[in-house]
Order: sequence, then structure tokens, then C-alpha cells
Amino acid sequence: MKIVMAKPGLDGHDRGAKVIARSLRDGGHEVVYTGLRRTPEEISRIVMDEDAKALGLSTLSGAHDVLVPRICELLRETGMGHVMVFLGGIIPERDHESMLSNGVRAIFGPGSRTDEILLFLDEASSRVDSGAPIGVVGEDGWHWN
Amino acid sequence: MALELIDQEVLLRSAFNGNRRELSRLLTHLEKGMKLNLPENAPPRKSTVLGITGPPGVGKSTLIGRIINYWKERNQNVAVLAIDPSSPRSGGALLGDRVRMDSADSGDLVFVRSLSTGGHPGGISSSLISMIDLLSYCGWENIVIETVGSGQSEIKIVAFADKILLVDGPDRGDIIQAEKAGIIELADIVVINKSDLPGSTNAAESIRSSLSFGDVKSSPEVILVSAQKNEGIEEMMNLVENCHTPDWRERIKLKERLISLWDSRLLSSPEFNRIIGDLQTGSISLDDALDELAR
Repeated sequence: MKIVMAKPGLDGHDRGAKVIARSLRDGGHEVVYTGLRRTPEEISRIVMDEDAKALGLSTLSGAHDVLVPRICELLRETGMGHVMVFLGGIIPERDHESMLSNGVRAIFGPGSRTDEILLFLDEASSRVDSGAPIGVVGEDGWHWN
Repeated sequence: MALELIDQEVLLRSAFNGNRRELSRLLTHLEKGMKLNLPENAPPRKSTVLGITGPPGVGKSTLIGRIINYWKERNQNVAVLAIDPSSPRSGGALLGDRVRMDSADSGDLVFVRSLSTGGHPGGISSSLISMIDLLSYCGWENIVIETVGSGQSEIKIVAFADKILLVDGPDRGDIIQAEKAGIIELADIVVINKSDLPGSTNAAESIRSSLSFGDVKSSPEVILVSAQKNEGIEEMMNLVENCHTPDWRERIKLKERLISLWDSRLLSSPEFNRIIGDLQTGSISLDDALDELAR
């Protein structure tokens, strides 16, 4: 799967994002890393130019409740509602529900195992193969955790 | 197949009219090996293709970031195809060129696509030509292809460019490797990046002097720049715009392109694996195998 790994907003720590990018590569995925401090507009444009099937967002700054909905909205507005969004970093439990209802399909906090993320991507792939939605539009209620 | 063609026609029309999303989808199809069918009345290719190669870590992506800005300031658009190797073990790839092209994600004048060399039994070169043709057809005036120049396969990719920049850093000695691999014969301009660091003037001098053993008139220009400090970029771009590729270099380029496409056809032949099997069991000789593949 072609995946964009992005760091939205003013958050300068990307060790986590790089570890994930690397392990997804080792899992056979094609990963495009954006680098730090990208705006939602830049991120949705990168996803478009790369024609990525999935977008991984890593954020530690606490601004996820503004950035993530904006990115999901931009994806929908620009005809990329089929793109799957998953999230990692510091996302407090109380925000999980609102993230998922914005279209996010999985949230991986500290302590997550990289092989779990690979399993999640495998399941997403088999959903695509069977014609089930994985993108930010589907109101099918599927999410990983 | 028929469905695919109709699909392509619709996407193509939309991409031609400036729909970025459809352009991007078409590129994916081409990457996967679909043949590009441009309309018969399509104008000949107008864009200039600039190839940028050099060893890892010399600052190619940072330099491309500056080149993007140079064209943007002149209100010209630019599409970049950044090619990275994929891991031979997992088949996956980590494409990080965008990280250093900070000018890449803004505005309608810039389009950047990362490509990995994996997943193409015959190499990336045949889909690369279609991608360049498509971008040109859709109105991208400047096209940049970036490869890590460390071996034969990368030379073959960069040989599809009209003009070639070979980038190196101070005190690396990698240029010797480039000479071995034959990249330096293809280069129209040799760029020594990181001119703000000590040793860069020496590096440029030693390359100039090693080039001077050959035919001075047709050897590539050597120029010092600092992509990070944005120094020397205008001069470099002036050289790019005014440099003339001598006939002998044009010939080498054509030769590399031909070899590359030949390889690609060979490797994607459906008979290829069977013939290797036959060779292994000893049922045919190498000569027989060649004859059969050439048929």
C-alpha cells in the first residue's frame, strides 16, 4: 500500500513517525514521509500528488482536535474520501470517539506494537479487495480499536 | 482492457484540463505499467527534462527545493519525479525526498511525485517515459527527475533527461565512483554543493583538472553552489538554460536509453523465467536462450 506519513502542525518531534515509517517499509509498504510542521492543506495536497491509499498522522502537541478534523474534511472536499486515515502519538482517551467519528480508522498510542499496525493495514487491504470502504467518508462504523 | 482505455480517455481529458487529482491517478496507472495513449493530435513534447543525480547525502533534494523556487519566482511550473530504491528484502520503500524540498508542497505551480524502483520487473524506465510524456501533455513546462547516482541502473534512469546535473559535495571522492560508473560522461554540468563548507573549492578544482585531460571544449562545466544558503543557484540555472549538449554526449544518452528499454523488455518477457529454468536444467544452451528471447 502507498502510505503518506505526516506530521501536522507545530510539533517538532518525529522519532515516533520515523519508527513507524521504517517498520511499514519493512512490512513491504511504500511510505512517503513529509517531514515536520506541515499544514492540513499541504498534507492533503501531498496525499493527492502521491495518489496514496492511506495517511498516517503523528501528533504529540495536543492540537489533534483541530488538525485532524480539518485534514479529514480537506480529503473529503478534494475528492479523496477513499483515503484511509490512521492516527498516532498522544491522543487522550476522551478524544478517541470524536477522532473516529471524523473518519479516523485507528489510533495507536504509546506502547503500540508496530506489528499490530501492520495487521491493521492488512485488514484494511483485504477490506479494499472485498469492496468495503476504508476511507474518511464511509459511515460503515469499521475501525480497528 | 477496453474499459481501461475508456477510463484512460476520461482521466486524460480531465488531467489535461488541469485536474491534479486525475493527473495523479493516471501517473499511478502508468507506474503500474499501463500504456499511455495520447490523442493523435497531441503536440510534440515541449517540456525540458532536467535529470539530477549524485551520491546519497550531497544535497540533491535541497537543491531541487531551490530549483523549484527559481522557477516559481519566474511563474513557471515544475513537476518533480523523485526516484528512490526500494528494499530488496521487503519490497517496501521509504521515500523521504519531500522532507528536504520545503518549497514542494505549496501552490499550483509545483507537483512532486515520489517513485520507488520496486515492483517493476523490467525497471522503472519504460513507465518513466510515459510519465514524462503525460506531464508534458498536461502542461508542465519543467520536469525534474531525481535519482541516487550510485550505479548502472541509476544512470539508465537519468539518461532519459534532456539535461543532466551531477551533484557532489566537498571532500567526498565519490566523483571517482561516478567516473567509474560512466555518469560523468553523461553530465552536462557538475555541481559541487555545500560551497559554504571547507574543501569545496578544492573539490571543484580537482574535478576541473581531472576533466581537463579530456576534450576541454566538450567537458561539463563545474560550478560551486550552496543549496542550503541559497548561493550560486541563479548562476547554476543560467548554465542549465544555456548549456548545449554536444553530439557525442547525446549519442551516449541515446545508447543508454536504448539499453535500458531493451533490458526492460527482456526482464518483462513472459518467457524469461521459463528460459532461466531451462538453462538451469541444461535443456538449452545460452545461445539457444538468446535466440529464443530475441525472437
